[in-house]
Amino acid sequence: MKALRNYLDKIKPNFEEGGKLAMFRSVFDGFETFLFVPNETSKTGVHIHDCIDSKRAMTVVIIALLPALLFGMYNVGYQHNLAIGADPGFLMTFIFGFLAVLPKIVVSYVVGLGIEFAVAQVKKEEIQEGFLVSGILIPMIVPVDTPLWMIAVATAFAVVFAKEVFGGTGYNIFNVALVTRAFLFFAYPAAMSGDQVFVRTADTFGIGAGQVVDGFSGATPLGQVAIAGKEMIGSFQAVDVLGNPISTWDAFLGLIPGSIGETSVLAILIGAIILLVTGIASWKTMVSVFVGGAFMSLIFNMIGSTVVMCVSPLDHLFLGGFAFGAVFMATDPVTSARTETGKYIYGFLVGAMAIIIRALNPGYPEGMMLAILLMNVFAPLIDYYVVEANISRRLKRVIK
Amino acid sequence: MFTFAGKLHINNFSCIMANVIKIKKGLDINLKGKASDVLLNGGKSESYAIVPDYYNGILPKVVAKVGEKVKAGSVLMIDKNRPEIKFVSPVSGEVTAVNRGEKRKVLSIVVKPDAQIEYEEFGKKNVASLKGEEVKEALLNAGMWPFIKQRPYDIIAAPLDTPRDIFVSAFYSAPLAPNFDFIVKGQEADFQTGLDALAKLTNGKVYVGVRSGSAVKGMKGVEIVEVEGPHPAANVGVQINHIKPINKGEVVWTVNPADVIVIGRLFNKGVADFSRMVVITGSETTERGYVKTISGCTIKSLVSGKVLGQEHIRIISGNVLTGTKVNMDDYLGAYDNQITVIPEGDETHEFLGFAMPRFNQFSASHSYFSWLCSNKEYVIDARIKGGRRAMIMSNEYDKVFPMDIYPEYLLKAIIAFDIDKMENLGIYEVAPEDFALCEFVDTSKIELQKIVRDGLNLLYKEMN
Repeated sequence: MKALRNYLDKIKPNFEEGGKLAMFRSVFDGFETFLFVPNETSKTGVHIHDCIDSKRAMTVVIIALLPALLFGMYNVGYQHNLAIGADPGFLMTFIFGFLAVLPKIVVSYVVGLGIEFAVAQVKKEEIQEGFLVSGILIPMIVPVDTPLWMIAVATAFAVVFAKEVFGGTGYNIFNVALVTRAFLFFAYPAAMSGDQVFVRTADTFGIGAGQVVDGFSGATPLGQVAIAGKEMIGSFQAVDVLGNPISTWDAFLGLIPGSIGETSVLAILIGAIILLVTGIASWKTMVSVFVGGAFMSLIFNMIGSTVVMCVSPLDHLFLGGFAFGAVFMATDPVTSARTETGKYIYGFLVGAMAIIIRALNPGYPEGMMLAILLMNVFAPLIDYYVVEANISRRLKRVIK
Repeated sequence: MFTFAGKLHINNFSCIMANVIKIKKGLDINLKGKASDVLLNGGKSESYAIVPDYYNGILPKVVAKVGEKVKAGSVLMIDKNRPEIKFVSPVSGEVTAVNRGEKRKVLSIVVKPDAQIEYEEFGKKNVASLKGEEVKEALLNAGMWPFIKQRPYDIIAAPLDTPRDIFVSAFYSAPLAPNFDFIVKGQEADFQTGLDALAKLTNGKVYVGVRSGSAVKGMKGVEIVEVEGPHPAANVGVQINHIKPINKGEVVWTVNPADVIVIGRLFNKGVADFSRMVVITGSETTERGYVKTISGCTIKSLVSGKVLGQEHIRIISGNVLTGTKVNMDDYLGAYDNQITVIPEGDETHEFLGFAMPRFNQFSASHSYFSWLCSNKEYVIDARIKGGRRAMIMSNEYDKVFPMDIYPEYLLKAIIAFDIDKMENLGIYEVAPEDFALCEFVDTSKIELQKIVRDGLNLLYKEMN
């Protein structure tokens, strides 16, 4: 490591103001602080600091995302095999999914980090690591057959207009990954929904070529729910790509069609445990989202006038992007409520709103993305009222 | 749907019963280098000095001349705006230098001590028979006034005010902090006299915060309040917030407990005797314990021969959270009775630190493992250990801020300098030290104490 340190020290002057490579200062700086903890010592205030920094916080989130990501890769291969009626074994199944997902991760990182590096260079600031999380979230919340160029365009849009124009990491109002997803959803609706995009039927880099089996349908369970007519109330049954019924247990394990990273509640649960034990995400937000979702589902169960209203609370929480959104998106500290009381309210409303959109909006089978984005707008308002309560308490003290 | 927000957030982190405050939020940082209750031999200080930067809210005007002979208690400096506030020489001797920096800013007024200290005579007084005004005058004349600080603003108190109450926190809870019971041993009478004197200055009460089982629990004429819980339990601001919070328009005064002893001595002995105990602590010291010295002494006289090596160490006058970085040739902080020596850490290049388990490093966050081994002592160097960021994580500050205040929102109001908001959110109740733990745990490494200090200074300027 000493050799690496010495090498960095040697080439560092090139990247400083007036150096040959000064235009890559932010890139060098980013890599240097990534490799070595800065040895800058405190100048004012406290003389010692906690060893946590934002890199650590982001790293924990990425680790928490890995189970869902790896499972998602396997599931991409698994759904593909079901569609073409092949069984190449566990490893090949995973490799198929890995190769299908990897380009999306690469595109999202290259585009997003490219913009971040450029902005850091222009603003003469240190490169910030916020996008390391967004960049891995983006491929996990899109259908597997999303074209790469769309991901590139959407990522660029989100990073520039949802983040950098607001001032960068920590200042954004909307969750960057969700803005990417929303951009894709509204700009390219055909590529983002329906039954053609969630299961890859074609080969990936020449692997897994084959004929689609008879009776194949790539619709997600929520997609099936959305198009089911009123006459199916009571008799509706979600099915997998071959028409076999999907149970709540299947939805929990996650071997069902859906966006890449969000099908397995089990994998997401492992991530949730990592986030909660480390304290990086707030349990208050997370639990409240599930409570809000369950509460709203129960209300709709009582009304029960359409198929989607009759979906049980457990199924609602396990299907689609609900669990993924609750664990990884709603808990984003920057865009969610920041007061402790506010987190209960914010989380509850995210969960409730997601189910309302699912049940009442005929256009969108899934409501989690829109629910979180909507509540991102309201989070500051919720905090405002919580803080206002503290203020009025202080003012009352004077009157007493 | 928002109306229940106010009811939900009740003040759920404390309860006052029979003068006991239980602090739940906070953090005890278990540092290596604790001192035991032993007296060490200190070196002789070659000079003593008044350093204006150690005081807040004053504009120094030097009145002593270089070459002048002074006694302990002779005036060296006054506050230009409030000339009745005097800063006196802690020892007798010759004024050898008035050091100035940029724009002729006074850095220090240095006195070379005599072999034997001669004191200005102020006359023994029986506090019980004095009026408030007489106590005030005695304190001002003998240079004891700077010991009294006021909230709002955390500056030296305005002599014309009559405070609502006076608060003394008679213990310390910061990392490696001294044991006040050891300091006060044998000086209980002076401490009592000091409290009696303070009681004359307010129409309200003198509140004294103590730990259960404290030696000063039996002090008379004051309101004893027992405080339980982790640091910042000893921060007087925390105690005020729990006992009787400061409202807009009110002024309370605070005095450090060790300084109350010095005040008591003035009345009992009739002289300005600035002797004080300083505890030497920290992982980079070879000998730890208490040194008896006099305010304004050199750092060298305190730590010489007690420090491991000379390079890559940081000497702090005070504790690691609120102290001042000093060199051997600097002088002891005006309010300090602790020296902490820690590694500087500037030669450390930690490879991929953020991704490592870091078993030997301390974190209040559970993303490292130090929360699993609560008894372990840590050596923490002065590195910031990360890049400065915008506020990203939420609820970090709140966890170590046991006051009915939203620290993040108050800080944002200070940064924006929105005076109405600052007032509404509790700026008058806080001092920079109250944000020290927030600054320690901050993932974004923001200089919170500096923000609060600058904000208070600016607010004071706006309001006066």
